[in-house]
Amino acid sequence: MKVSAVITLKKDVLDPQGKVIHETLDGMGFNSVNEVRQGKYFEIDVKENDPKKAKDLVEDMCKKLLANLVIENYKIIETQ
Amino acid sequence: MKSSVITFPGSNCDRDMDVALTKFGFKNKMVWHNDQELPKSDLIVLPGGFSYGDYLRCGSMASKSKIMNSVINFAKSGGLVMGICNGFQILVESGLVPGVLLRNKYLQFICKNVHVKVDNKENTFFKNLDKKILEFHIAHNEGNYFCTNDQLKEIEDNNQIAIYYCDQNGNTNDQINPNGSIKNIAGIFNKEKNVLGMMPHPERMIDESLSGEDGSIFFKNLLNNIK
Repeated sequence: MKVSAVITLKKDVLDPQGKVIHETLDGMGFNSVNEVRQGKYFEIDVKENDPKKAKDLVEDMCKKLLANLVIENYKIIETQ
Repeated sequence: MKSSVITFPGSNCDRDMDVALTKFGFKNKMVWHNDQELPKSDLIVLPGGFSYGDYLRCGSMASKSKIMNSVINFAKSGGLVMGICNGFQILVESGLVPGVLLRNKYLQFICKNVHVKVDNKENTFFKNLDKKILEFHIAHNEGNYFCTNDQLKEIEDNNQIAIYYCDQNGNTNDQINPNGSIKNIAGIFNKEKNVLGMMPHPERMIDESLSGEDGSIFFKNLLNNIK
């Protein structure tokens, strides 16, 4: 079963890449942007058919490797 | 005195570190990341480089490699561990020292000489060092030290800041900060001060004619402190 996880920077962590993307969007004429924060997206196919167990497994992966909890939050966004 | 340098896939300062340690009298061994056991050592060094191509986050993959279990046990039992540059990133990812290293504030890879101020000499790494300001080399893209406010308070309360970026007179301020790191932090200790992580490369400053010798001063002093 496929589980997705989104990793985003915590609110008070500086995101210079997001800032540059924001400025570039501005330069292209997208003037209605308040802020851009860049993150990471993972699609993980696990050998597990129980949705709860699959989500728990990916959550464990987020805690132990995919996210660094000092600076990042994770969100399990979808199961298929 | 015996030392071991761990080589991860993508390490590229491992042999420079071997040359430096050997030059100042360490009997050094190179250890592959996939080994499980460490040779008997007085000092373990995690060298600079780009382990695992800096995938995911710098140092994150290397921090989970087989040898790191032994390195963590060695550190927890009081053994001396030093991480330089990518080695520092591996230390923060393994949890041996607090905080994290973010992308440089101005998004540029920085490669230049810097001055660092040694403020804390009550530890094996800097004890008896007769210079307060050292000139070292930095070369990194992710050296912007960051930690939470709670962590910063704890680090300061325990005197865990090892070195600060400064000018040649020892002034620390925003203008001299190369990468945006909190409080100009260039290196920190764990609570017990037997683990040191720092971005600057002392092993690049060991030849009078090529680079200056502040690295030599550091290594000679370290060897004397371990003896």
